[in-house]
Amino acid sequence: MREDLPPLTDSPEATPDSPVPGSTDGGDDLARSRRRLQLDGLGIIASAGGFGFVYGLAARAAGFSPLESSGMSVIVFAGAAQFAAVGYVLGGFSWLGIVVLTAFLNARHFLYSAALAPYLGDVPRPVRAVMAHVLTDEAFALTIAHFRRIGRADTWGYWWAAIMTTFIPWNVASILGSLVGGQIPDPSRFGLDVIFPAAMAGLAVGLVTGRRELVAAVVGAVAAVGVGLAWDPAAGIIAGGLLGPLAGLATPRRASDRPHEAIIVFTPTMDDPSATRPDGSR
Amino acid sequence: MSTTYVWLALLMGAVTYPWRAVPLLTPGMHRLPRLVQEYFRLVGPAILAALAAVNTFVVIDARRHPTAHVGIELLAVGLCVVLVAARRGLLVGLVAAAILAATVRALSGG
Repeated sequence: MREDLPPLTDSPEATPDSPVPGSTDGGDDLARSRRRLQLDGLGIIASAGGFGFVYGLAARAAGFSPLESSGMSVIVFAGAAQFAAVGYVLGGFSWLGIVVLTAFLNARHFLYSAALAPYLGDVPRPVRAVMAHVLTDEAFALTIAHFRRIGRADTWGYWWAAIMTTFIPWNVASILGSLVGGQIPDPSRFGLDVIFPAAMAGLAVGLVTGRRELVAAVVGAVAAVGVGLAWDPAAGIIAGGLLGPLAGLATPRRASDRPHEAIIVFTPTMDDPSATRPDGSR
Repeated sequence: MSTTYVWLALLMGAVTYPWRAVPLLTPGMHRLPRLVQEYFRLVGPAILAALAAVNTFVVIDARRHPTAHVGIELLAVGLCVVLVAARRGLLVGLVAAAILAATVRALSGG
Protein backbone atom coordinates (compact mmCIF):
# COMPACT_ATOMS: atom_id res chain seq x y z
CA MET A 1 0.00 0.00 0.00
CA ARG A 2 1.13 3.53 -0.68
CA GLU A 3 -0.15 6.53 1.17
CA ASP A 4 2.61 8.92 0.18
CA LEU A 5 1.43 9.49 -3.33
CA PRO A 6 -0.32 12.58 -4.60
CA PRO A 7 -3.97 12.31 -5.59
CA LEU A 8 -4.30 10.60 -8.91
CA THR A 9 -7.88 9.82 -9.69
CA ASP A 10 -11.22 11.30 -9.15
CA SER A 11 -12.92 10.25 -6.01
CA PRO A 12 -16.12 8.58 -7.06
CA GLU A 13 -19.06 9.75 -5.08
CA ALA A 14 -21.08 7.45 -2.94
CA THR A 15 -23.52 5.98 -5.36
CA PRO A 16 -24.66 2.40 -5.57
CA ASP A 17 -22.29 1.91 -8.47
CA SER A 18 -19.30 3.92 -7.35
CA PRO A 19 -18.43 3.63 -3.70
CA VAL A 20 -16.09 6.06 -2.04
CA PRO A 21 -12.55 4.75 -1.69
CA GLY A 22 -11.57 4.49 1.90
CA SER A 23 -15.10 4.04 3.10
CA THR A 24 -15.57 1.65 5.97
CA ASP A 25 -17.10 -1.02 3.79
CA GLY A 26 -14.05 -1.32 1.58
CA GLY A 27 -14.36 -5.08 1.17
CA ASP A 28 -17.95 -4.63 0.08
CA ASP A 29 -16.84 -1.96 -2.39
CA LEU A 30 -14.32 -4.32 -3.92
CA ALA A 31 -16.75 -7.22 -4.06
CA ARG A 32 -19.47 -5.00 -5.55
CA SER A 33 -17.13 -3.63 -8.19
CA ARG A 34 -15.91 -7.12 -9.06
CA ARG A 35 -19.49 -8.31 -9.48
CA ARG A 36 -20.14 -5.40 -11.80
CA LEU A 37 -16.94 -6.19 -13.70
CA GLN A 38 -18.10 -9.78 -14.16
CA LEU A 39 -21.55 -8.70 -15.33
CA ASP A 40 -20.15 -6.10 -17.70
CA GLY A 41 -17.79 -8.73 -19.05
CA LEU A 42 -20.58 -11.07 -20.13
CA GLY A 43 -21.35 -8.99 -23.19
CA ILE A 44 -17.64 -8.82 -24.03
CA ILE A 45 -17.43 -12.62 -23.79
CA ALA A 46 -20.22 -12.94 -26.36
CA SER A 47 -18.54 -10.45 -28.67
CA ALA A 48 -15.05 -11.98 -28.32
CA GLY A 49 -16.44 -15.47 -28.81
CA GLY A 50 -18.45 -14.53 -31.87
CA PHE A 51 -15.70 -12.66 -33.62
CA GLY A 52 -13.05 -15.17 -32.54
CA PHE A 53 -15.07 -17.88 -34.25
CA VAL A 54 -15.39 -15.79 -37.40
CA TYR A 55 -11.64 -15.11 -37.30
CA GLY A 56 -10.97 -18.85 -37.11
CA LEU A 57 -13.21 -19.46 -40.12
CA ALA A 58 -11.59 -16.61 -42.07
CA ALA A 59 -8.09 -17.84 -41.26
CA ARG A 60 -9.02 -21.36 -42.35
CA ALA A 61 -10.43 -19.97 -45.60
CA ALA A 62 -7.19 -18.03 -46.15
CA GLY A 63 -5.19 -21.24 -45.89
CA PHE A 64 -4.05 -21.06 -42.27
CA SER A 65 -3.73 -24.37 -40.46
CA PRO A 66 -5.43 -24.59 -37.04
CA LEU A 67 -1.97 -24.33 -35.44
CA GLU A 68 -1.22 -21.15 -37.38
CA SER A 69 -4.55 -19.46 -36.74
CA SER A 70 -4.60 -20.28 -33.04
CA GLY A 71 -0.89 -19.46 -32.78
CA MET A 72 -1.68 -16.00 -34.07
CA SER A 73 -4.50 -15.64 -31.54
CA VAL A 74 -2.19 -16.56 -28.68
CA ILE A 75 0.92 -14.70 -29.81
CA VAL A 76 -0.56 -11.52 -31.31
CA PHE A 77 -3.93 -11.48 -29.50
CA ALA A 78 -5.21 -8.39 -31.29
CA GLY A 79 -8.42 -8.95 -33.23
CA ALA A 80 -8.28 -6.09 -35.73
CA ALA A 81 -4.67 -6.83 -36.64
CA GLN A 82 -5.42 -10.54 -36.99
CA PHE A 83 -8.37 -9.97 -39.32
CA ALA A 84 -6.25 -7.53 -41.35
CA ALA A 85 -3.38 -10.02 -41.53
CA VAL A 86 -5.65 -12.79 -42.77
CA GLY A 87 -7.05 -10.48 -45.42
CA TYR A 88 -3.63 -9.36 -46.54
CA VAL A 89 -2.25 -12.89 -46.66
CA LEU A 90 -5.19 -13.76 -48.88
CA GLY A 91 -4.41 -10.71 -51.00
CA GLY A 92 -0.77 -11.69 -51.38
CA PHE A 93 0.76 -8.85 -49.38
CA SER A 94 4.36 -9.09 -48.21
CA TRP A 95 5.07 -10.08 -44.64
CA LEU A 96 6.91 -6.79 -44.13
CA GLY A 97 3.77 -4.87 -45.07
CA ILE A 98 1.65 -6.95 -42.72
CA VAL A 99 4.08 -6.45 -39.83
CA VAL A 100 4.24 -2.69 -40.39
CA LEU A 101 0.45 -2.50 -40.58
CA THR A 102 0.22 -4.51 -37.35
CA ALA A 103 2.52 -2.08 -35.56
CA PHE A 104 0.36 0.78 -36.80
CA LEU A 105 -2.95 -0.85 -35.86
CA ASN A 106 -1.76 -1.74 -32.38
CA ALA A 107 -0.05 1.54 -31.47
CA ARG A 108 -3.10 2.56 -29.43
CA HIS A 109 -2.13 -0.03 -26.84
CA PHE A 110 0.62 2.33 -25.72
CA LEU A 111 -2.04 4.69 -24.39
CA TYR A 112 -3.82 1.88 -22.56
CA SER A 113 -0.59 0.79 -20.97
CA ALA A 114 0.33 4.33 -19.96
CA ALA A 115 -3.10 4.92 -18.42
CA LEU A 116 -2.95 1.71 -16.38
CA ALA A 117 0.72 1.99 -15.38
CA PRO A 118 0.19 4.39 -12.46
CA TYR A 119 -2.21 1.92 -10.88
CA LEU A 120 0.04 -1.09 -11.31
CA GLY A 121 3.32 0.42 -10.08
CA ASP A 122 3.73 -1.97 -7.17
CA VAL A 123 2.83 -5.14 -9.05
CA PRO A 124 5.99 -7.21 -9.58
CA ARG A 125 7.59 -6.48 -12.92
CA PRO A 126 7.40 -10.07 -14.26
CA VAL A 127 3.68 -10.03 -13.55
CA ARG A 128 3.32 -6.70 -15.33
CA ALA A 129 5.21 -8.17 -18.28
CA VAL A 130 2.58 -10.90 -18.55
CA MET A 131 -0.22 -8.40 -18.00
CA ALA A 132 1.07 -6.41 -20.96
CA HIS A 133 0.67 -9.33 -23.33
CA VAL A 134 -3.06 -9.65 -22.66
CA LEU A 135 -3.81 -5.90 -22.73
CA THR A 136 -6.55 -5.34 -25.30
CA ASP A 137 -9.28 -2.77 -25.95
CA GLU A 138 -11.73 -4.81 -23.92
CA ALA A 139 -9.33 -5.54 -21.06
CA PHE A 140 -8.44 -1.86 -20.79
CA ALA A 141 -12.04 -0.69 -20.89
CA LEU A 142 -13.24 -3.09 -18.20
CA THR A 143 -10.15 -2.64 -16.03
CA ILE A 144 -9.95 1.14 -16.04
CA ALA A 145 -13.64 1.33 -15.12
CA HIS A 146 -13.08 -1.16 -12.28
CA PHE A 147 -9.95 0.60 -10.98
CA ARG A 148 -11.72 3.97 -11.07
CA ARG A 149 -14.67 2.59 -9.13
CA ILE A 150 -12.49 1.27 -6.31
CA GLY A 151 -9.83 3.98 -6.58
CA ARG A 152 -6.92 1.56 -6.74
CA ALA A 153 -5.48 -1.43 -8.53
CA ASP A 154 -6.96 -4.90 -8.30
CA THR A 155 -4.92 -7.50 -10.14
CA TRP A 156 -7.68 -10.08 -9.80
CA GLY A 157 -9.92 -7.67 -11.69
CA TYR A 158 -7.30 -7.19 -14.38
CA TRP A 159 -6.89 -10.93 -14.93
CA TRP A 160 -10.63 -11.40 -15.03
CA ALA A 161 -11.07 -8.69 -17.64
CA ALA A 162 -8.10 -9.77 -19.75
CA ILE A 163 -8.16 -13.55 -19.45
CA MET A 164 -11.70 -14.65 -18.60
CA THR A 165 -13.64 -12.18 -20.72
CA THR A 166 -11.31 -11.86 -23.70
CA PHE A 167 -8.31 -14.19 -23.98
CA ILE A 168 -10.13 -17.47 -23.31
CA PRO A 169 -13.29 -16.75 -25.36
CA TRP A 170 -11.26 -15.38 -28.27
CA ASN A 171 -8.82 -18.27 -28.35
CA VAL A 172 -11.32 -21.05 -27.76
CA ALA A 173 -13.64 -19.64 -30.42
CA SER A 174 -10.86 -19.08 -32.94
CA ILE A 175 -9.65 -22.68 -32.51
CA LEU A 176 -13.21 -23.91 -32.99
CA GLY A 177 -13.64 -21.76 -36.08
CA SER A 178 -10.42 -23.01 -37.63
CA LEU A 179 -11.28 -26.64 -36.89
CA VAL A 180 -14.90 -26.44 -38.01
CA GLY A 181 -14.35 -24.44 -41.20
CA GLY A 182 -17.20 -23.82 -43.57
CA GLN A 183 -19.11 -20.77 -44.66
CA ILE A 184 -18.34 -17.58 -42.77
CA PRO A 185 -21.46 -16.26 -41.02
CA ASP A 186 -22.15 -12.57 -40.75
CA PRO A 187 -21.99 -11.58 -37.05
CA SER A 188 -24.15 -8.54 -37.80
CA ARG A 189 -27.13 -10.86 -38.37
CA PHE A 190 -27.13 -11.48 -34.64
CA GLY A 191 -26.27 -7.92 -33.65
CA LEU A 192 -22.82 -9.01 -32.43
CA ASP A 193 -21.13 -6.22 -34.39
CA VAL A 194 -22.70 -3.50 -32.23
CA ILE A 195 -21.62 -5.05 -28.94
CA PHE A 196 -18.05 -3.78 -29.14
CA PRO A 197 -18.83 -0.10 -29.87
CA ALA A 198 -21.76 -0.19 -27.44
CA ALA A 199 -19.52 -1.62 -24.71
CA MET A 200 -16.84 1.00 -25.32
CA ALA A 201 -19.44 3.80 -25.27
CA GLY A 202 -21.13 2.44 -22.16
CA LEU A 203 -17.85 2.10 -20.29
CA ALA A 204 -16.84 5.61 -21.41
CA VAL A 205 -20.06 6.95 -19.91
CA GLY A 206 -19.07 5.37 -16.62
CA LEU A 207 -15.75 7.23 -16.70
CA VAL A 208 -17.31 10.65 -17.26
CA THR A 209 -17.39 12.11 -13.77
CA GLY A 210 -16.92 15.79 -14.59
CA ARG A 211 -16.60 18.38 -17.32
CA ARG A 212 -13.00 17.49 -18.15
CA GLU A 213 -13.83 13.84 -18.78
CA LEU A 214 -16.86 14.84 -20.85
CA VAL A 215 -14.80 17.18 -23.03
CA ALA A 216 -12.08 14.54 -23.39
CA ALA A 217 -14.64 11.95 -24.51
CA VAL A 218 -16.45 14.23 -26.96
CA VAL A 219 -13.27 15.63 -28.50
CA GLY A 220 -11.78 12.14 -28.61
CA ALA A 221 -14.81 10.83 -30.50
CA VAL A 222 -14.96 13.75 -32.94
CA ALA A 223 -11.22 13.67 -33.62
CA ALA A 224 -11.30 9.91 -34.09
CA VAL A 225 -14.07 10.05 -36.69
CA GLY A 226 -12.51 13.02 -38.49
CA VAL A 227 -9.05 11.49 -38.74
CA GLY A 228 -10.52 8.05 -39.32
CA LEU A 229 -12.41 9.26 -42.37
CA ALA A 230 -9.59 11.41 -43.68
CA TRP A 231 -6.86 8.83 -43.20
CA ASP A 232 -7.44 5.54 -41.43
CA PRO A 233 -9.64 4.31 -38.54
CA ALA A 234 -6.60 3.12 -36.57
CA ALA A 235 -5.02 6.55 -36.87
CA GLY A 236 -8.35 8.07 -35.85
CA ILE A 237 -8.45 6.07 -32.63
CA ILE A 238 -4.91 7.16 -31.75
CA ALA A 239 -5.72 10.78 -32.60
CA GLY A 240 -8.82 10.66 -30.40
CA GLY A 241 -6.85 9.12 -27.56
CA LEU A 242 -4.16 11.81 -27.84
CA LEU A 243 -6.25 14.91 -28.52
CA GLY A 244 -9.20 14.19 -26.23
CA PRO A 245 -7.15 14.36 -23.01
CA LEU A 246 -5.46 17.57 -24.22
CA ALA A 247 -8.86 19.18 -24.69
CA GLY A 248 -9.89 17.88 -21.29
CA LEU A 249 -6.81 19.40 -19.67
CA ALA A 250 -7.58 22.74 -21.30
CA THR A 251 -11.05 22.70 -19.76
CA PRO A 252 -11.39 24.40 -16.38
CA ARG A 253 -13.10 22.33 -13.74
CA ARG A 254 -16.44 23.44 -12.37
CA ALA A 255 -16.80 23.72 -8.64
CA SER A 256 -19.35 20.91 -8.79
CA ASP A 257 -16.93 18.50 -10.46
CA ARG A 258 -15.81 15.70 -8.24
CA PRO A 259 -12.65 16.52 -6.32
CA HIS A 260 -9.38 14.70 -6.77
CA GLU A 261 -8.97 13.19 -3.37
CA ALA A 262 -8.61 9.51 -3.95
CA ILE A 263 -5.34 7.78 -3.25
CA ILE A 264 -4.43 4.85 -5.39
CA VAL A 265 -3.48 1.92 -3.22
CA PHE A 266 -1.07 -0.33 -5.01
CA THR A 267 -2.11 -3.59 -3.44
CA PRO A 268 -2.12 -6.72 -5.54
CA THR A 269 -5.32 -8.45 -4.53
CA MET A 270 -5.38 -11.32 -6.98
CA ASP A 271 -5.86 -13.90 -4.27
CA ASP A 272 -6.78 -11.69 -1.40
CA PRO A 273 -10.20 -10.05 -1.71
CA SER A 274 -9.91 -8.97 1.91
CA ALA A 275 -7.05 -6.57 1.22
CA THR A 276 -7.11 -3.60 3.57
CA ARG A 277 -7.29 0.09 2.78
CA PRO A 278 -5.17 2.91 4.16
CA ASP A 279 -7.57 3.46 7.00
CA GLY A 280 -7.40 -0.17 7.96
CA SER A 281 -10.87 -0.92 6.70
CA ARG A 282 -11.55 -3.97 4.60
CA MET B 1 0.37 -29.34 -40.35
CA SER B 2 1.77 -26.08 -41.73
CA THR B 3 3.53 -23.73 -39.32
CA THR B 4 4.70 -21.05 -41.75
CA TYR B 5 2.35 -18.38 -40.48
CA VAL B 6 3.40 -19.00 -36.89
CA TRP B 7 6.57 -17.12 -37.84
CA LEU B 8 4.45 -14.28 -39.17
CA ALA B 9 2.54 -14.31 -35.87
CA LEU B 10 5.83 -14.08 -33.97
CA LEU B 11 6.84 -11.04 -36.02
CA MET B 12 3.44 -9.44 -35.50
CA GLY B 13 3.70 -10.16 -31.78
CA ALA B 14 7.17 -8.67 -31.68
CA VAL B 15 5.89 -5.31 -32.97
CA THR B 16 2.77 -5.39 -30.80
CA TYR B 17 4.22 -6.25 -27.41
CA PRO B 18 6.36 -3.10 -26.97
CA TRP B 19 3.29 -0.87 -27.34
CA ARG B 20 1.63 -2.80 -24.56
CA ALA B 21 4.61 -3.27 -22.31
CA VAL B 22 6.86 -0.21 -22.37
CA PRO B 23 4.72 2.10 -20.19
CA LEU B 24 3.78 -0.73 -17.83
CA LEU B 25 7.41 -1.74 -17.35
CA THR B 26 8.91 1.74 -17.20
CA PRO B 27 9.94 2.62 -13.64
CA GLY B 28 8.37 5.64 -11.99
CA MET B 29 5.18 5.76 -14.03
CA HIS B 30 3.24 6.30 -10.80
CA ARG B 31 5.42 9.27 -9.86
CA LEU B 32 4.84 11.38 -12.97
CA PRO B 33 4.10 15.10 -12.68
CA ARG B 34 0.52 15.84 -11.74
CA LEU B 35 -0.30 17.28 -15.18
CA VAL B 36 0.89 14.11 -16.92
CA GLN B 37 -1.06 11.97 -14.47
CA GLU B 38 -4.16 13.99 -15.21
CA TYR B 39 -3.54 13.57 -18.95
CA PHE B 40 -3.33 9.79 -18.63
CA ARG B 41 -6.41 9.79 -16.41
CA LEU B 42 -8.33 11.43 -19.26
CA VAL B 43 -7.06 8.90 -21.80
CA GLY B 44 -9.69 6.42 -20.57
CA PRO B 45 -12.86 8.30 -21.53
CA ALA B 46 -11.22 9.78 -24.63
CA ILE B 47 -10.02 6.58 -26.21
CA LEU B 48 -13.09 4.53 -25.30
CA ALA B 49 -15.25 7.22 -26.91
CA ALA B 50 -12.90 7.20 -29.90
CA LEU B 51 -13.21 3.43 -30.27
CA ALA B 52 -16.98 3.61 -30.02
CA ALA B 53 -17.27 6.47 -32.50
CA VAL B 54 -14.96 4.97 -35.11
CA ASN B 55 -16.69 1.59 -34.92
CA THR B 56 -20.06 3.31 -35.30
CA PHE B 57 -19.44 5.94 -37.96
CA VAL B 58 -16.53 4.64 -40.07
CA VAL B 59 -16.51 1.55 -42.24
CA ILE B 60 -13.58 0.28 -44.27
CA ASP B 61 -13.52 -1.80 -47.40
CA ALA B 62 -11.15 -4.64 -48.19
CA ARG B 63 -8.47 -2.13 -49.18
CA ARG B 64 -8.90 -0.19 -45.92
CA HIS B 65 -10.52 2.80 -47.58
CA PRO B 66 -12.66 4.52 -44.93
CA THR B 67 -16.14 5.87 -45.63
CA ALA B 68 -18.74 7.52 -43.41
CA HIS B 69 -21.63 5.39 -42.26
CA VAL B 70 -24.80 6.21 -40.34
CA GLY B 71 -27.05 3.25 -39.66
CA ILE B 72 -28.75 1.17 -37.04
CA GLU B 73 -25.43 0.91 -35.20
CA LEU B 74 -25.84 4.52 -34.10
CA LEU B 75 -29.27 3.83 -32.60
CA ALA B 76 -28.05 0.63 -30.96
CA VAL B 77 -25.01 2.29 -29.39
CA GLY B 78 -27.16 5.26 -28.36
CA LEU B 79 -29.65 2.93 -26.68
CA CYS B 80 -26.84 1.27 -24.75
CA VAL B 81 -25.49 4.65 -23.63
CA VAL B 82 -28.94 5.75 -22.45
CA LEU B 83 -29.46 2.54 -20.51
CA VAL B 84 -26.02 2.77 -18.90
CA ALA B 85 -26.61 6.42 -18.00
CA ALA B 86 -29.95 5.39 -16.48
CA ARG B 87 -28.02 2.89 -14.33
CA ARG B 88 -29.55 -0.18 -15.93
CA GLY B 89 -26.14 -1.78 -16.26
CA LEU B 90 -23.84 -2.37 -19.21
CA LEU B 91 -25.00 -5.93 -19.80
CA VAL B 92 -28.60 -4.80 -20.18
CA GLY B 93 -27.43 -2.09 -22.57
CA LEU B 94 -25.41 -4.53 -24.67
CA VAL B 95 -28.22 -7.06 -24.91
CA ALA B 96 -30.72 -4.34 -25.85
CA ALA B 97 -28.33 -2.93 -28.46
CA ALA B 98 -27.73 -6.34 -30.05
CA ILE B 99 -31.44 -7.20 -30.10
CA LEU B 100 -32.32 -3.83 -31.62
CA ALA B 101 -29.70 -4.16 -34.37
CA ALA B 102 -30.58 -7.78 -35.17
CA THR B 103 -34.32 -7.07 -35.18
CA VAL B 104 -34.14 -4.02 -37.42
CA ARG B 105 -31.87 -5.83 -39.84
CA ALA B 106 -34.15 -8.85 -39.92
CA LEU B 107 -37.21 -6.67 -40.53
CA SER B 108 -35.45 -4.72 -43.27
CA GLY B 109 -34.16 -7.88 -44.89
CA GLY B 110 -30.56 -6.84 -44.29
